[in-house]
Amino acid sequence: MSATLLRTSTTARSALRAGASRRAAAMASMSFVRGKATLPDLPYDYGALEPSISGKIMELHHKNHHQTYVNSFNAASEQLAAAEQKQDIQAQIALQPLINFHGGGHVNHTLFWENLAPSKNGGGGEPTGKVKTAIETSYGDFASFKTKFNTALAGIQGSGWAWLVKDNETGQVQIRTYANQDPVVGKYTPLLGIDAWEHAYYLQYQNRKAEYFSAIWDVINWKAVEQRLK
Amino acid sequence: MATKYTLPPLPYGYDALEPVISAQIMTIHHTKHHQTYINTLNNALASQAVATDKNDIVSQIHLQNTINFSAGGHINHTLFWENLVPASSPSAQTHVASKLMAAISARWGSLEKFQEKFNAVLLGLKGSGWGWLVQDTESGNLEIVTTKDQDIVPAGKKPLLGIDMWEHAYYLQYLNDKGSYAKKIWNVINWKKVEERFVGGSDSVFGTLAGLRSNM
Repeated sequence: MSATLLRTSTTARSALRAGASRRAAAMASMSFVRGKATLPDLPYDYGALEPSISGKIMELHHKNHHQTYVNSFNAASEQLAAAEQKQDIQAQIALQPLINFHGGGHVNHTLFWENLAPSKNGGGGEPTGKVKTAIETSYGDFASFKTKFNTALAGIQGSGWAWLVKDNETGQVQIRTYANQDPVVGKYTPLLGIDAWEHAYYLQYQNRKAEYFSAIWDVINWKAVEQRLK
Repeated sequence: MATKYTLPPLPYGYDALEPVISAQIMTIHHTKHHQTYINTLNNALASQAVATDKNDIVSQIHLQNTINFSAGGHINHTLFWENLVPASSPSAQTHVASKLMAAISARWGSLEKFQEKFNAVLLGLKGSGWGWLVQDTESGNLEIVTTKDQDIVPAGKKPLLGIDMWEHAYYLQYLNDKGSYAKKIWNVINWKKVEERFVGGSDSVFGTLAGLRSNM
């Protein structure tokens, strides 16, 4: 599975390797053509998450924002490959912020689309099974978890994401926020991500971001979250 | 009880910067976003006063993050409103800033080259933040710098011109086309104000905000 996530060149492999195998199942839809990252299809229509997220937001967010991360990641990857070829270590280091930002943008949005679902397809409600148990172990009950998650989202200073992650050392789940497009890598596995960039909600909610954070729970794909926890 | 900060009135109407920045953006940006930074700042300063009275240094440290963010939001937006002006105003003409224009040409070759450079820097921001033309207070040199989120320009740099690159500053009008926003905003720069900042001291730039800045 991890082979489908990674480009054949060692270049991009090193860039995306961290945590990739753990996330392989979670990101099955992230596909690469001729060694390039490509925009994954949304698993539902642009208007399918209304009224939580408007069709216009979804279309711009997917077709423009996510596509730009994909394009910029590919461009940075090519530059990185060229720098490796030339054994130009300074250039390789200088490219890391771009790889992190645009690669993170691609990874984060791909996970985000997958962990959302229209309510008619089972989105919303409360988690069951392993996810429910894990959340209750860490947060007592689902309502308290949701309150804590929304507080974390509201506390982000600038652009960023809030995630429910699994600590790979302890196996426990926890809420963590990440700045800008920093991806969930290293000792954590991403389970559920909510985009708190203004472009994720502004056309519909403007500065009333708390309303967006409240409405998005109606379209959470808990089945996808459960698959990532396995 | 610490000073309560209040929202400064805009020096022009909400629609005065159209078509560069829409009245809807200006209204929400000023009455909602800027107001929220002020409210949060006042609350944080009140909590800090309580923590200081109680010699609770841990709480004081924990509050620094919120104070930095909300005070920065207040300072940055105040400077931003001041360095914008309707395109029809004489202050939007570059010739009212002759000393600054000479310094920009000496540093970047021409105003156009400076603007190109500035826009490239704006578009390179990764996430929310600001682009600034600053003057180093020791060397007097002009520089283009960015600050992330609501960080203010660092000590030792005097802000002359700030451009808000948070998505809320342009999204309702420009959507993901931030390049167009960055280009068009040059039509509504208050060069008279930027010149004043250039020839004045740091205190004159920050005005009544100076006391706030030294608390950060």
